[in-house]
Amino acid sequence: MKLNRKDILGIQELSVEEINLILETADSFIEVSTREIKKVPTLRGKTVINLFYEASTRTRTSFEIAAKRLSADTINISAATSSVVKGETLIDTAKNLEAMNPDIIVIRHSAAGAPHMLAGILRQSVINAGDGAHEHPTQALLDMMTIRAKKGGIAGLKVAIVGDIAHSRVARSNIHGLTKMGAQVSVSGPATMIPRGIEKMGVVVHMSIEEAIRDADIIMMLRIQTERETQNIFPSLREYAQYFSLNRKNIGLARKDVLIMHPGPINRGVEISSDLADGPHSIILDQVTNGVAVRMALLYLLTGGTS
Amino acid sequence: MTLLLKDGRVVDPSRKADGTGDLLIENGKIAGSGGELRQTGKGREKKVPHGMEVLDLRGKIVVPGLIDMHTHLREPGFEYRETIASGSEAAVAGGFTSIACMPNTNPVNDNRSVTEFIRRKAAECGLANVYPIAAISLKSEGAFLSEFWDLKDAGAIGFSDDGRSVMNAALMRRALEYASSLDMPVIAHCEDRNLSAGGMMHEGFVSTEIGLPGIPAIAEEVMVARDILLAEYTGAHLHIAHVSTAGAVRLIREAKARGVRVTAETAPHYFTLTDEAVRTFDTATKVYPPLRGLEDRDAVREGLRDGTIDVIASDHAPHARTDKEVEFDYATSGITGLETSLALSLGLVEEGLLTLPELIEKMTVNAARILRIPKGTLADGADADVTIIDPQREWTVDRALFRSRGKNTPFHNWTLKGKAVLTIVGGEIRCRDC
Repeated sequence: MKLNRKDILGIQELSVEEINLILETADSFIEVSTREIKKVPTLRGKTVINLFYEASTRTRTSFEIAAKRLSADTINISAATSSVVKGETLIDTAKNLEAMNPDIIVIRHSAAGAPHMLAGILRQSVINAGDGAHEHPTQALLDMMTIRAKKGGIAGLKVAIVGDIAHSRVARSNIHGLTKMGAQVSVSGPATMIPRGIEKMGVVVHMSIEEAIRDADIIMMLRIQTERETQNIFPSLREYAQYFSLNRKNIGLARKDVLIMHPGPINRGVEISSDLADGPHSIILDQVTNGVAVRMALLYLLTGGTS
Repeated sequence: MTLLLKDGRVVDPSRKADGTGDLLIENGKIAGSGGELRQTGKGREKKVPHGMEVLDLRGKIVVPGLIDMHTHLREPGFEYRETIASGSEAAVAGGFTSIACMPNTNPVNDNRSVTEFIRRKAAECGLANVYPIAAISLKSEGAFLSEFWDLKDAGAIGFSDDGRSVMNAALMRRALEYASSLDMPVIAHCEDRNLSAGGMMHEGFVSTEIGLPGIPAIAEEVMVARDILLAEYTGAHLHIAHVSTAGAVRLIREAKARGVRVTAETAPHYFTLTDEAVRTFDTATKVYPPLRGLEDRDAVREGLRDGTIDVIASDHAPHARTDKEVEFDYATSGITGLETSLALSLGLVEEGLLTLPELIEKMTVNAARILRIPKGTLADGADADVTIIDPQREWTVDRALFRSRGKNTPFHNWTLKGKAVLTIVGGEIRCRDC
């Protein structure tokens, strides 16, 4: 099977078949990263540009490693070192990169829709590595891959997503993906963090973390962005940690075999206590490992690979 | 020049006139209309005096020159977006003989010299009548009143801090009081800027799904409510610009029922589009107030139907490519409207929401009354500002053909029905087959 699309902009537009294709392809790439020589020649001669307009360690490194393990050439551009500081527009930057004939452009941008704008004007494939509060499709794919690997499937699982849903692209992409794959998704956070009409995306809203995680198979904690404090989204980290963190006290409400996920970077002691982040239920680092495989799969499929 | 407009459907809501007939224009004035000319019509073709142009307007609609009371002409200061000349060309191409322009230029139109500059520039290009709206507060900063009296003497016809809502209720109160002593309207851009801060689009399910920061309907409604209370208290005439929400329509309807001196306008994009249009991240859909939800759009249409909303004005907001060909977050807000406003509005007649006279009333005499300008009528002796509409003409919007410098329209490639085919200002044809 081939992935019949030029770009990966979001989970919303992906079908269940496409998601399955990507996840199965990713499964087959896991093994490459465990070899003595972690490299296959699949994308030799291809060029991947990572265009990052927002700080990122995990995602950018993950894309770079994924490309390198497939033998592609990679270039990383971050906003601080590019012509952005000279006032060049995104379109001009992208057109200049296009003129150098890369094969895939990976973009992260603080503005929702920026990857869509590029996809509309560039010949190359565009992968969205996170756009504003809109989507972060590769994160949701690696999350679904991890859940599938640990639980044997996604359909029927109870998944609780807790934190600042309103400002989270991870939440949106996962809601699209997990509901498509048949999971029951609930979200929780103070009302200031729950965007209007979210239930129309097929989730149940709970006002307390306790209700949300009760009998959950999966708990996905979101990072609290400390700058939201000044926007009155919440009064203080202290209060947030007291009422919305996942900790040893409330984890007992979930299923015994609950798995704890987090897209990172984690605020220890704020949204999740250290002992849980490092404990046996946590699969946070498995997510990171699988992130490389998912990105390898996408690079491979977008350059015409078949499963 | 003498012009005889023959056999058109003459719709003049200022005189409650609607019927097939003729209209005679002489020396820049309306010299007669309707049945009188008709009765003397026998063999009149032969008696056409030398120098008289006779136009056969069978199947066409003859209306008072259209008025757009809410435009941005960008000059002085932002000539790369629009000039008074290019905006005037766009106006007559769209069928508008009179336009009012908002003061958010650079410098802001908060003093006599800017008002006089605008009027002089408009007179030089000599296309449409251009009426400057002056700023409520100096630099529209919301702190100190501008000199209303002097501005009125210079030619300003209303006051507004459009684009920058007056957050200080005490200042708004004084503006209303002071304007009332001049018998002039205060035109309110209603937006609580704390509630709208950071917003890019209407706050609702679409913004939730696509992750753009929202501007809630209440950002508009709390200010509409406040300004209505201030108008009620002061007895002044409040005109509410670009009404976009169901709550605002309801508040205005209730205020009118109580007898508050409030009038209101909306723009074609608010009764045509919803926030669904933003899903593509097309920056042409970025506008303040934002494109709202379906229930808001329907309420605006109902407000037009029941008379709560008096006027259709385009909020013509031209922007350059460089303003719009950027990320949605960074794009400027606004829609170029002068050249699509009439056709989109005629759609309301086509759908049966408004009768043709009701629509023309909202695009002519109602605006004239709000602004106290002697326009919007085909009465004998009135300035001969006349728009001829071909209601059957189907055309496809091509932004490249806009006379406006602003090509920022979400209606590009839409096929619309109805077009101004002749625009007459002061007895002179300013746009033919536009």
